[in-house]
Amino acid sequence: MSVTIALAGNPNSGKTTLFNSLTGSNQYVGNWPGVTVEKKEGKLRGNKDISIMDLPGIYSLSPYSLEEVVSRNYLIDERPDVIINIIDGTNIERNLFLTTQLTEIGIPVIIAVNMMDMVDKSGNKINAENLKKALGCDIVYISALKNTGVAELTELAIKAADGTKTIPQHSFSGSVEHTLAHIEEAVLHKLPEEQQRFYAIKLFERDAKIAEKLALTGEQIAHIEEDIKRREAELDDDSESIISAERYKYIDSIINDCLKVKNKGQLSISDKIDKIVTNRFLALPIFVLVMIIVYTVSVTTVGGWATDWANDGLFGDGFHLFGIENVWIPGIPVIVGDALEAIGCAEWLHGLIVDGIIGGVGAVLGFVPQILVLFIFLAFLEGCGYMARIAFILDRIFRKFGLSGKSFIPILIGTGCGVPGIMASRTIESDSDRKMTIMTTTFIPCAAKLPIIALIAGALFGGAWWVAPSAYFIGIAAILCSGVILKKTRMFTGDTLPFVMELPPYHFPTVGAILRSMWERGWSFIKKAGTIILLAVIFVWFTSNFGIEDGSFGMVDMDNSILAAFGNAIAWIFVPLGWGNWQAAVAAITGLIAKENVVGTFGVLFGFAEVAEDGAEVWTLLAASFTALSAYSFLIFNLLCAPCFAAIGAIRREMNNVRWFWFAIGYQTVFAYAVSLCVYQLGMLFTIGSFGIGTVFAFALTAFFIYMLVRKPKKNIRLGFGLKQEVNV
Amino acid sequence: MQTLRESKVGTKVRVVKVGSTGSMKRRIMEMGITKGTELVVRKVAPLGDPIEITVRGYELSIRKADAELIEVE
Repeated sequence: MSVTIALAGNPNSGKTTLFNSLTGSNQYVGNWPGVTVEKKEGKLRGNKDISIMDLPGIYSLSPYSLEEVVSRNYLIDERPDVIINIIDGTNIERNLFLTTQLTEIGIPVIIAVNMMDMVDKSGNKINAENLKKALGCDIVYISALKNTGVAELTELAIKAADGTKTIPQHSFSGSVEHTLAHIEEAVLHKLPEEQQRFYAIKLFERDAKIAEKLALTGEQIAHIEEDIKRREAELDDDSESIISAERYKYIDSIINDCLKVKNKGQLSISDKIDKIVTNRFLALPIFVLVMIIVYTVSVTTVGGWATDWANDGLFGDGFHLFGIENVWIPGIPVIVGDALEAIGCAEWLHGLIVDGIIGGVGAVLGFVPQILVLFIFLAFLEGCGYMARIAFILDRIFRKFGLSGKSFIPILIGTGCGVPGIMASRTIESDSDRKMTIMTTTFIPCAAKLPIIALIAGALFGGAWWVAPSAYFIGIAAILCSGVILKKTRMFTGDTLPFVMELPPYHFPTVGAILRSMWERGWSFIKKAGTIILLAVIFVWFTSNFGIEDGSFGMVDMDNSILAAFGNAIAWIFVPLGWGNWQAAVAAITGLIAKENVVGTFGVLFGFAEVAEDGAEVWTLLAASFTALSAYSFLIFNLLCAPCFAAIGAIRREMNNVRWFWFAIGYQTVFAYAVSLCVYQLGMLFTIGSFGIGTVFAFALTAFFIYMLVRKPKKNIRLGFGLKQEVNV
Repeated sequence: MQTLRESKVGTKVRVVKVGSTGSMKRRIMEMGITKGTELVVRKVAPLGDPIEITVRGYELSIRKADAELIEVE
């Protein structure tokens, strides 16, 4: 017999941890409300007939957020055999709000009260007998983290799949019940009896998505509408609020029998930590300190050493094992190169494998250690609950620029890699804040853009200290300015969800959870190196080594290659930006495939088999073909324009809408082009006093930019197309 | 009428009415802020917004602009 069990519960209730312990599969666990957004399926450990479905964390089955719609569609369309409703034992009241809705669907519900270890520690007592009576479903105490009670839970769930019926024990006030009965009778009598109540309540709430699903006629809607209006007038509230209020009224009436709270008013450890961490004066210094620690360790010290080893040792000449003088381990290119020579491999194949594939992919994999260290920190900050505090502390700043405090997390993760950064934007509930964050996250220099910065700083600016910070500054400024500009357009006005965010109690995350999170995110980066980047480097190597020379196709010098021809054809586009040479144009194109390719491409195009991470070999040649100003313009363009294909793919996934996706990519590229043009043209004017048509454009663009920044939002200005239904401003 | 926005840190208030409509109102209510609920204003974020409140035994952060919609006594 096959059984499907759905896990449903509030964000941050420990669903994902329970899912992992039930299925044994690897999943990402965090302490950030709303971490699980996709539904994930797994098989029960030791019983392949039982599927477990992990639903997104939700507060309610209302139609207002993507997560809620996904979850309830699954529950009412797929109708799993059992619902395990996981409840945070330390926060029962609000968690039961969802429970009252789940029991109405007509599917057996088992309640798993999680975090019992923390409940016991706090001295609170939960009365399972009374809770069971009050809700009409079986109760199991568990601790998903410590794996206690989970076996009992599965046993009960499988048993419940045998046709046990969960009958909701709560009822609404008499007149509301009367109306619900009327709705059931009028339009729902054809449905199975146990499903009628759910639909009746939704219709009472005027849930348009449900009315559509039931294909009600206008006449039917008008008929029940009359009844609903009468109830609203009687109870002096709208129908949705009547239902929500009555649910909580029921919870209020049972909670004292089910939960005995000890220590009322006493400060918990979490409160004491918060007193310091979100203190009026200490909060920002502590935040800055935490970020400095994260950065120094993951980018300069530990992460830096590891990356140097990977780039110069593992994917370079070689290294001393554990630093011991006499034990020399040759690098992968050396080993493979020797092996290929030994078997008498053709010269072009040798070039492709050693210079193309190993050189290109190796340069990317070199970042893995750095990124993994960064992800360990981020997983810890998320797991312990500090990330939510960061959003709390920074919300005010970000909101000014059309983002929310939660946007900080994607941007911070984006400094490591844009792909998980964009994915992290899922935790933002407000649709417009989320879209804005997705569009702007990749403006911040990710780890893969660092080599470009190092290349330009080294080649044109003598390694000046200010180049790298200025890149971050430009990235941040681009995010903030875009926020201000876009927020005023019609597409982003009319926010409909309030910014409410839970501040979960602090706790030490487990080592396993941190490592799992690090690995999940790191793996998405490594996979990219193994797939897209592998193809890209083969493509670049091929097109830059083959071409038509003396009328025949074959291996040629770089200047006659296919890539050079292509670069020459498009180079004119970038002339106004000051870098209209074909090498730079080609480098910017390969940068779309992966940003770190820019450095490697310059290496290949200037005829070096392999270059260091910062491209030191090509510095002199680069300095000859760029001026300081044009190089800086090149840097800005590459930092701000559409990100690499992997990140573009992530944008596409998260936007989940073709037009929004193209709008995001288009906006980024146009924005990058405009900023680079202004910097180069105005820079030329102020340094050598050159004035031309480009300068005029630059002034016009700057004026337009300033206008967009300071103008008052107007109703009639629309950027883009009918992306969002009209909302009153 | 006093709103949650004006309530002083450390005070305990009772919800009289949740203003606003539609999804805005519903989400506030879903988080447990309904008529008659007791709220404790815990603190204001270092930059003055949002505020942190205790509602139904847990900590919730809410922006002042949204807190303004909640009438309390």
